[in-house]
Amino acid sequence: MNGNLNYILRRLLYLVPVLLGVCFLIFILFNVVAPDPVHMLLGKHPSQDQIIQLREQLGLNKSLFFQYVDIVRSAFTFDFGRSWSTKQDISTMFMNGAIPSLTLTLPAFTIATFTSIFFAVIVAYFRGKGIDLFIRISCIAMMSISSLVYILVFQYFLAFKWGLFEISGYEYGFPNFLYYVSLPILIWVILSLGPDIRFYRTLILDEIYQDYVRTARAKGLSERVILFKHVLRNAMIPIVTYTVVQLPFLLLGSLLLESFFSIPGLGDMTINALNASDFPVLKAMSIFSAVAYIFFTLMQDIIYTIVDPRIKLQ
Amino acid sequence: MIEQTAIKNRIKVNDMKNDSIKLIKNRSLWFDAWDRLKQDKIALVSLSIVLFYAIVALLSAMGLLAADWNEIVGPSYAAPSSEHWFGTDFLGRSVSRKIINGTQVAMSVGLISSFIAIPIGLTLGAVAGYFGKWVDEIIVWFYTTFSSIPGIMLLMSIAFVIKKFQDSLTSFFGSDFDIGLFAVFIALGLTSWVGLCRLIRGEVLKHKDREYVQAAGALGAGHFRKLVKHIIPNVTHIVIINTSLQFQIAIKSEVILSYLGLGVSGQPSWGTMINDAKEELARGVYWQLLGATLAMFVVVLAFNILGDALRDALDPKLKGKS
Repeated sequence: MNGNLNYILRRLLYLVPVLLGVCFLIFILFNVVAPDPVHMLLGKHPSQDQIIQLREQLGLNKSLFFQYVDIVRSAFTFDFGRSWSTKQDISTMFMNGAIPSLTLTLPAFTIATFTSIFFAVIVAYFRGKGIDLFIRISCIAMMSISSLVYILVFQYFLAFKWGLFEISGYEYGFPNFLYYVSLPILIWVILSLGPDIRFYRTLILDEIYQDYVRTARAKGLSERVILFKHVLRNAMIPIVTYTVVQLPFLLLGSLLLESFFSIPGLGDMTINALNASDFPVLKAMSIFSAVAYIFFTLMQDIIYTIVDPRIKLQ
Repeated sequence: MIEQTAIKNRIKVNDMKNDSIKLIKNRSLWFDAWDRLKQDKIALVSLSIVLFYAIVALLSAMGLLAADWNEIVGPSYAAPSSEHWFGTDFLGRSVSRKIINGTQVAMSVGLISSFIAIPIGLTLGAVAGYFGKWVDEIIVWFYTTFSSIPGIMLLMSIAFVIKKFQDSLTSFFGSDFDIGLFAVFIALGLTSWVGLCRLIRGEVLKHKDREYVQAAGALGAGHFRKLVKHIIPNVTHIVIINTSLQFQIAIKSEVILSYLGLGVSGQPSWGTMINDAKEELARGVYWQLLGATLAMFVVVLAFNILGDALRDALDPKLKGKS
C-alpha cells in the first residue's frame, strides 16, 4: 500500500509538467500562431488609441513569456477571465453550461454502457457463431456512417416528421428537460454501440482465453456460469477503468448534439465561441478539459489498484 | 507446428543478411501476411473497393472524371431521375458528379494526414522506445500533453487557427489555394500521430532487447543501424494497420469539420454535402445526403474491414479479438 501511495503522489506531481505542456500548446496555438485578435475585435479601421487600449485590456501588451504565465495561472486557479463575445465570466459560463450537458451525457453514457456490455456478453457467449458475426458486422457498418448523418436523419424523421420528440431546445428542471434530451440521448446511445460493443467484446474475450477459465471448464462448470461468475467479473476491471476515463468527456457535453439540438451546454458554448472567434472561451475549454482528463486518468489508476489487488503500481 | 513457425521465424531473421538461404527468401513477413490476407475474401473485396476509390480520386484530380461538376445541368433541386441518379443541388449541379469529385477530398484527407502523422509518430515512438530514459520521458510527456486535450477540441482549435490565416496563405499560394482543405490536412495530421507514436513506442520497447537486435549489435551495428535497419522493419505492420484506420477517421472527421464551418470550401466534398442537408431535409431534398452518405459508407466500411483484416494478417497473435 505504501508503494501505491508513493505512486499516486508521483502521479500527482506529474500533473504539473503535463499541465504546463497543455498550457504551452494552447499558448503556441492562440498567442503565437494565431493572428492578432485585436484587428478581429475592432473591425477594419481601428484608431491607434483603441488598439493600445484593447491590447492593454486583453493582456496582449505583455511579453510572450508573461502571456504564457497568464495561461498557466488560469489553469491552476480556474480563473479564465471574461468571454470576448458575451462579456460574461467564463467560470460562471462553465457552471451554467455543465448542468444541461450532464443532463444529456450522464443518462446517455449510462444507457450506452449497459447496453453495450449486454450485447458484448451475448457476442462473447456466442463467439464464432452466426449471431456473433452478425452483431460484429452491424457494429462496423454502424461505425461507417458519419455521426452527422444519424443526427440529421433522426431529427428529421423522429422529431420533425413523426413528432415523437422535440425538434430542438431546452428547458431547465426535472422532468421538463427530459422532453428535450431524449432524442439526443437516443442518438448518443446508437452512436456509441458500434465502437463500445467491439471494445467490450475484446475485453471479455481477453479473459475467456485465460487459464482460470480452462480450469473452471475442467471442473465441469457450465459455460453460462463461467461467463457470468468468472469471466465477466474479471472483465469488469478493464471495463470500469475504461468508463472512468470517459467521464471527463461527459462534462464537456457533446459538441455536435448540443449545438444541433440547441441544448445550452458546454459543447454548444464551445461551438458558439468558435463561430465568434472567442479565444478566451476556446482556451479555457481546452485547459478545462485537459485538467479533467488528467485528473480522471489518475483516478483510473487509483481505481485499478482498488478493484484489482493483483496490480501493484510502481 | 509451433516449433516449425519458430524455426521459420528464425530463418526469416537470418535471411535478412544471409543470401545462402535463397530458397525461402520469398517467404518474408509481408509474403506471409499477403498469403493470409488472400484467404480472406471480404478483405480482398474491401481492398478492391479502396483501390477503386483511389483510382476515381486520382482520375478526378487529373481532371479526367467529373471535372464538369460545376456545370449547371438542370433546375434547382431536381429529384433523382434516370439522367441524374442523385438529382441536382441548390444551384442545379449534378449531385452524382459532385460525389465523384468529392472522392478526391476524402482520399487526400486520409493520405495527407497520414503523411504528416506517420513520420512524426514513427520517429518519436521509435526513438522513445529505443533510447528510453530521459528521451523517453520527454517524448511521453510530449504526447501526453497532446492527448490530454480531447481530440475534437484540438482538431477544432488547430483548424480554426489555420483558417485565420486565410489572407496571407492565399496571397502566398495563389487564389486557387483552398484554405479549408489545407486546415483539415494539418489539423488531422497534427492530432493523429499520438496513437501511432504510443503503439510504436510500446512495440519498439518489446523488440529492442530481442536476440536479433543483440546479434546486430554484436556484429557492430550502431544505434541508428539497429533501429532503422532492424527494429523499424519489424514494427512497420503497425503503421500499415494504423493508416487504414486513419483513412476512415479522417474521412469522418472531414464531415464534422464541415459542420463546424472549418471544412473545404472551393470544391465538392462529402462533408459539405452532408452538412448542406441541414437546410435541405426540411424541404424533402434527401438525395444529396443519401448520395454522399452512401459513397462514404462504402469506403469507410471497406477501410474498417481492411484494417481488421490487416491486423489479423500482420499480427496473427491478435486474431479474432476484435
